[in-house]
Amino acid sequence: MEKEKKAEVIDSSLKRKYKIEAKEVKVWYGDFMAIKGIDMNIKANSVTAFIGPSGCGKSTFLRLFNRMNDYIDDFRMEGKIFIDDNNINKKKVNVEKLRKEVGMVFQKPNPFPKSIFENVAYGLRIQGIKDKTFLNERVEDSLKQVALWNEVKDDLNKSALALSGGQQQRLCIARTLAVEPSIILMDEPTSALDPLSTAKIEELIFQLKEKYTIVIVTHNMQQASRISNHTAFFYMGELIEYDQTKKIFTHPEKKQTEDYITGRFG
Amino acid sequence: MNNITKNRLKNNAFKVWGIACTLLGLVLLAIFIGSILMDGLQRISWEFITELPSRFVDQGGIFTALMGSVWILVLTTFIALPLGIAAAIYLEEYSKKNKLSSLLEINISNLAGVPSIIYGLLGLEIFARIMQMGASILAGSFTLALLILPIIIVSTREAIKAVPKSIRDASFALGASKWQTVYHQLLPASFGGILTGIILALSRAVGETAPLIVIGALAYVPFAPSTPMDQFTVLPIQIFNWISMPQHGFEQNAAAAIIILLFITFAMNGIAVYYRNRWQKKFK
Repeated sequence: MEKEKKAEVIDSSLKRKYKIEAKEVKVWYGDFMAIKGIDMNIKANSVTAFIGPSGCGKSTFLRLFNRMNDYIDDFRMEGKIFIDDNNINKKKVNVEKLRKEVGMVFQKPNPFPKSIFENVAYGLRIQGIKDKTFLNERVEDSLKQVALWNEVKDDLNKSALALSGGQQQRLCIARTLAVEPSIILMDEPTSALDPLSTAKIEELIFQLKEKYTIVIVTHNMQQASRISNHTAFFYMGELIEYDQTKKIFTHPEKKQTEDYITGRFG
Repeated sequence: MNNITKNRLKNNAFKVWGIACTLLGLVLLAIFIGSILMDGLQRISWEFITELPSRFVDQGGIFTALMGSVWILVLTTFIALPLGIAAAIYLEEYSKKNKLSSLLEINISNLAGVPSIIYGLLGLEIFARIMQMGASILAGSFTLALLILPIIIVSTREAIKAVPKSIRDASFALGASKWQTVYHQLLPASFGGILTGIILALSRAVGETAPLIVIGALAYVPFAPSTPMDQFTVLPIQIFNWISMPQHGFEQNAAAAIIILLFITFAMNGIAVYYRNRWQKKFK
């Protein structure tokens, strides 16, 4: 019985081509239709960039993957989203568990008003983990992954609010890594940062894709072309074009895409 | 040129008017406090605070009333705090925004404006009579708890609302439940604001007279209360009593008691301001 189950899991992971699959997704805010029917598949261990003008629905679409839109009062959605072949919109889905699997980094660095250590440990503590050595190891490991460890290892008990903006954003990424998700969603993670901090985060994203599936919303065309494997162009709630990044930025199929990436509108 | 002079004149005129308005309040308060101090200060002594009341003008003190006020304050806190904070958390974080919740909101704000004597009548009927608590400290505390509940709910909601949305987002995105987010993030972050609201509400409770008179706290109480079911009196009622005495000397006693009551409320407000400033600093 046990063996059979295991075989099945392995089988399905072999069969699976995509980490995230969206089918016929439509979203409304009250009467306003924000997403007008999008089908999209996202590959594991890659960076996928969402680009498009403000209000095109890319952030809304991103936030569907960890169900962060649930808290918006007049939010309504149709269609299905599968992560690792599981429909995440089913009633019995445990949203808290889903979010441990699908981490998120936000536009503005938003560390908790707590110490650096407690920021990184928070995701583990709320799971009820109290083992000190385990927490210490995981915090150190997470901070090392974002190359912040050497900068803060002597100040772990200091307030996270005392860090610079770039450091805060790396801390927020470390906090996300600490709960060991398999997907990381990033909603314009560098838009509030200076060029130097931005470069550090981009380098980090490049390394993280070895272990994680990353989906990033960005307004920065160069950033999308530098760090992503695939790029999706959204416009007015629709997915206009979705292809390999190289192709999107050199030979886009649609005129709208070309106009946008060359800066003719948006 | 003419217009500029005119505008400047208007500007200065308003400035003077504004200063006058501000001063009016302050000066009146200063005169009041000055006259109270002149009347009462000589009467204040350690004995005045620690001795039981007496029918002789120059003897006895406010001990029973002071102890009554302390009892009332403590019990009211224990009753109003959990109720008020839980209601505020529910309204702010859990309830869906619909017609029912906005109706609730408006009515809670309205309750904060209901005259306190109405609360006294409610307390007399429900706590003193139906629940048979009589004119006890417990009945008084429940009544005052009802009175300050809306204030606590409104101020706690404001404090929780002031916590940036990004903190909620971050907590939820890490897999925290609503309660974990409230407990680990929102309450600690809004603690300063909540505390300020509570202290201001309590300093209102400690000065309330009318509702307690209605439930029967006007009685002459020879001894300091020792259980929540005891009869009691509080400082404002003691002051009211002394003022209504025909003999001249009791005015002095009343003034002295007012000084003590003012001291308590000022101290509580001071603590509230102190904590608010400390918490604001921590978040910047």
